[in-house]
Amino acid sequence: MNERLERSMYSFVLRYSGRQQLYILMFVVLSWPIGFMLLDLPKQIINRALGAAQDVYSLAVLGFAEIPFAISQSTFLVLLCSLFLALVVLNNGLKFHINTTKGRTAERLLRRLRYALFSRVLRFPIPHFKRASQGEVISMITAESEPIGAFFVGAVVDPIFQGGLLLVALGFIIVQDPMLGVAAAAFYPLQIYVVPRLQKKVSALGKARLRQIRHLSDHVGETVGGIVDIHANDTSNLELSRFADRLGNIYNIRFEIFQRKYMIKFINNFLDKLAPFLFYLFGGLLVIKGSLDIGQLVAVIGAHREMSSPWKEMLNWYQQQADARVKYDQVVSQFDVPDMLDDNLQHSDPEEGFRFEGDVELSNVSLVDEDEVRRLANLSIKLAIDGNLAVAGAGSSGKEYFGMLLARLATPSSGQLIVGGRNIVELPESITGRQMTYVSSSPFLQSATVRDNLLYGLKYRPLRPAAYDDEEAPKRKRDFVEAAGAGNIDFDFRADWIDYDAAGVTDSNELFVRMVETLDVVELSDDIYNLGLRGTIDPDMRADIAAAALKAREALADRLEEDEYRGLVEKFDRATFNTNASVAENLIFGTTVGDAFDHNLMAENPHVLDVLREADLIDDLLKAGREVAETMIEIFADLPPGHEFFEQYSFISSEDLPEFKTLLSRTDKHGFDDMRPEDRTALLSLPFKLVVAQHRLGVADETLQQKILKAREIFAEKLPDDLRGAVEFFDPEGYNAAGSLQDNILLGKLVYGQAEGGKRIGALIADTLDKLGLRGAVLEAGLEFQVGVGGARLSTGQRQKVGIARALLKQSEMIVLNESTSALDPSAQDRLAENILNARDRHGVVWIVNRVGMTSRFDRVIVLDDGRLAEDGTYVELDQDGTALRGLLESA
Amino acid sequence: MSLNEEVELLRNIPLFAKLEPSKLKLLAFTSERITYETDQVLFRQGDVGDAAYIIVDGSAKVLVETGEGEIEVATLGRNDFVGEIAILCDVPRTATVRASSQTVTLRITKDLFFRLVAEFPQMSVEIMRELASRLEQTTQQLREALAQNK
Repeated sequence: MNERLERSMYSFVLRYSGRQQLYILMFVVLSWPIGFMLLDLPKQIINRALGAAQDVYSLAVLGFAEIPFAISQSTFLVLLCSLFLALVVLNNGLKFHINTTKGRTAERLLRRLRYALFSRVLRFPIPHFKRASQGEVISMITAESEPIGAFFVGAVVDPIFQGGLLLVALGFIIVQDPMLGVAAAAFYPLQIYVVPRLQKKVSALGKARLRQIRHLSDHVGETVGGIVDIHANDTSNLELSRFADRLGNIYNIRFEIFQRKYMIKFINNFLDKLAPFLFYLFGGLLVIKGSLDIGQLVAVIGAHREMSSPWKEMLNWYQQQADARVKYDQVVSQFDVPDMLDDNLQHSDPEEGFRFEGDVELSNVSLVDEDEVRRLANLSIKLAIDGNLAVAGAGSSGKEYFGMLLARLATPSSGQLIVGGRNIVELPESITGRQMTYVSSSPFLQSATVRDNLLYGLKYRPLRPAAYDDEEAPKRKRDFVEAAGAGNIDFDFRADWIDYDAAGVTDSNELFVRMVETLDVVELSDDIYNLGLRGTIDPDMRADIAAAALKAREALADRLEEDEYRGLVEKFDRATFNTNASVAENLIFGTTVGDAFDHNLMAENPHVLDVLREADLIDDLLKAGREVAETMIEIFADLPPGHEFFEQYSFISSEDLPEFKTLLSRTDKHGFDDMRPEDRTALLSLPFKLVVAQHRLGVADETLQQKILKAREIFAEKLPDDLRGAVEFFDPEGYNAAGSLQDNILLGKLVYGQAEGGKRIGALIADTLDKLGLRGAVLEAGLEFQVGVGGARLSTGQRQKVGIARALLKQSEMIVLNESTSALDPSAQDRLAENILNARDRHGVVWIVNRVGMTSRFDRVIVLDDGRLAEDGTYVELDQDGTALRGLLESA
Repeated sequence: MSLNEEVELLRNIPLFAKLEPSKLKLLAFTSERITYETDQVLFRQGDVGDAAYIIVDGSAKVLVETGEGEIEVATLGRNDFVGEIAILCDVPRTATVRASSQTVTLRITKDLFFRLVAEFPQMSVEIMRELASRLEQTTQQLREALAQNK
């Protein structure tokens, strides 16, 4: 798959589906005589079987042969009709087979095209991405290839198939009467002349539409990416109007296409309908003159009707192929980019016996970027692969390009870069990518778990096959045959790809130890630990961690009895009201799953209302709700609407406050019994958010609390089956799958307002877990944290740390860090540099530093100035008056 | 202790004495009530100040760090307001405050405090009055000290 994409759609189609096309054609040709017979039989039925009685009836086959039958008239009729039925079945069977074969071929071709396009994206030269827009590439691979794929198979077969049907029908008419045949086809030359001319304009418009659609998807992509800045600059109006403008362009183009297409259809339909006019007139005259019998005329008109459908199909085909060709050309031209990475370099394994050792040698290396700006000039440097080197320079010194060169993310414009005796441009990616690990300042994270992201750098190819059960295995096998049939890669994505060797370990246990060590090096383990505590685990998948959490719960409960911690946690206990949990939590006594029992919607939930009614709580809660509302109105009424206190503290939003005021005066007049239903819901929803210990409103007294406890029992007992999944009840003996690890260990609420309560309990939990040897289990849970799209749920600094950890995990010969710690504070950067240099004592480190001060830790320092090598030596040698390094140090 | 009791308590503090009950309720409702055990520290000298405290119950010592160790300069009890200097003028804490028994406080964050001041001009007048009287007090003390030194 290293050649260029086929320039024309037809060469692509013929190349990858020639055989299938031929196969389909075979059936198509087979269907013609059947079609002819289907036209001819009705005529024979009318003229021969229903005509005057004869001794011998003969059946005409395709106009050549006559088969005589010495049978009765009715038997002959039955024979002809049965033959007709058989042919109908056969004809439809053929069509079905043709269509499914076409469908399969089309899907394969589409799959192949998309794969080819995507594999090209992976080989684009990196600078190309500065210009290529993500939205456009996405829309080309997804939306634009779809209609091309749909058209692919029809490209060859359809015109032949439909054309054949057309010729069959026409041939039939000519056999009946040549003149009528001429009449039937009279307007085709005109149509064949006019339609392409009209279609040409439509194709040009189609091209323009495609461009506009690409801009549109690009705009959507940019908006999603820049959403923060759009809000920060209040430019939503600008974006909306820009979008509306684009939509306007598309509207105009589309409408014009619609009009023109309809015009073409109109002309065709009109000309089509002119033919019957001729039939009725001239055919009728022939019948009157007696030179054409009525059966023939009926059959001719039938045949003409048969002609009009394939003719329309041909026309459709013509329009579609014009459309698909435009799209194909437009897509393919975008994916033929000069200087693409050689396919072999991307996929071949390192050759036998290649060792990555010796020196990295740059001789006269220059780098000119795509804007013709010289970034590096005549660099000649030799560095040991296992040494450590700091590269310093001002922002415009080109130092980041130096790092990219070493990892072959950029190639020298002139000069040579020799690694271990080999020119770097000849090395396959299996060597450059695995042995010269590059870490940018904004590493890309997959939308997956932390663990997946750390191991991302160890997955070069499937190493251990996935286990499939008897049911799955044959299906997977078929999938792979199919994939190969469409030229897709035959690696099993679900296999185990992790290369333990690359990480210097032998199995998954050792790998975990290595991961923890690496997290320590980049100072990420505490963060992961906290993520683990706050995260949920699946107790079925990780029964070990769940069991450990239950053990920790027990141990913690003992510790909480100690003087130091007494009164800091209020445990969940089925028999007592928890004053540090909200009324809703007290009622449900569990963790909610999904939004069936969303605390804001409790008062509308039918089950909750049933429970409250049964526990005789409605009036109490309405009363509590009224008191809450009164207090809120008293406290917040004077604040301007939209004041931030509302959001932070109030039970009622500023918009709803006036509403509640009138609501209260209404209830004062009418009492609770005659309340409007919506008033009732509004009031009833207020007390659910109440946390007795925190809010101190004095509305949920002992009696109310006791009643809620009773309601708690009813709630659990009468929970309908369809809501069972919406609650995970607190269970002192069991693991709560919906709750976080920490919630499970605590099984209670922090008591409100205890100085440093959260901190002290956090420390106690950590201590308890450590004593039980469970730190590893929590870290493992933390590694399962989903980082979000592009790692958005981590901070920038955490993302950088994950990027470095990922690189450190595979023990490559050289690691190139390109300002990889820039988001951390200076002291953390220094600590990380120290840790990383220690962790990689026998392997090379090239660090493009963002703070010059860091260079003092390295054995060797080079300073770049405007793309040239300004200084090269040890830190001590270079840290002199008047040196470039000193200059940088002083200006920092 | 309920919100209403806290409101009563706030009313006894000169700074808040003249505020309407609803404002006091707002203050009480929006500030956190924190309990300190004996010897727990409310804040330390030199820290950045982010909140002021009202002692609701219990007592606390005000300690100033000197070269020779901590010196106790004052004792705080019920209704005392402490920590306001650091939030008013953005200086680090000038002293350490440590609970000398179980102490319950209302913690008013700097944010909340300034928002209240901005919202209710009455309060700033009260603060000015309080500060002026303290200045007067300090000047008096200075005068007395100077007189003694003569």
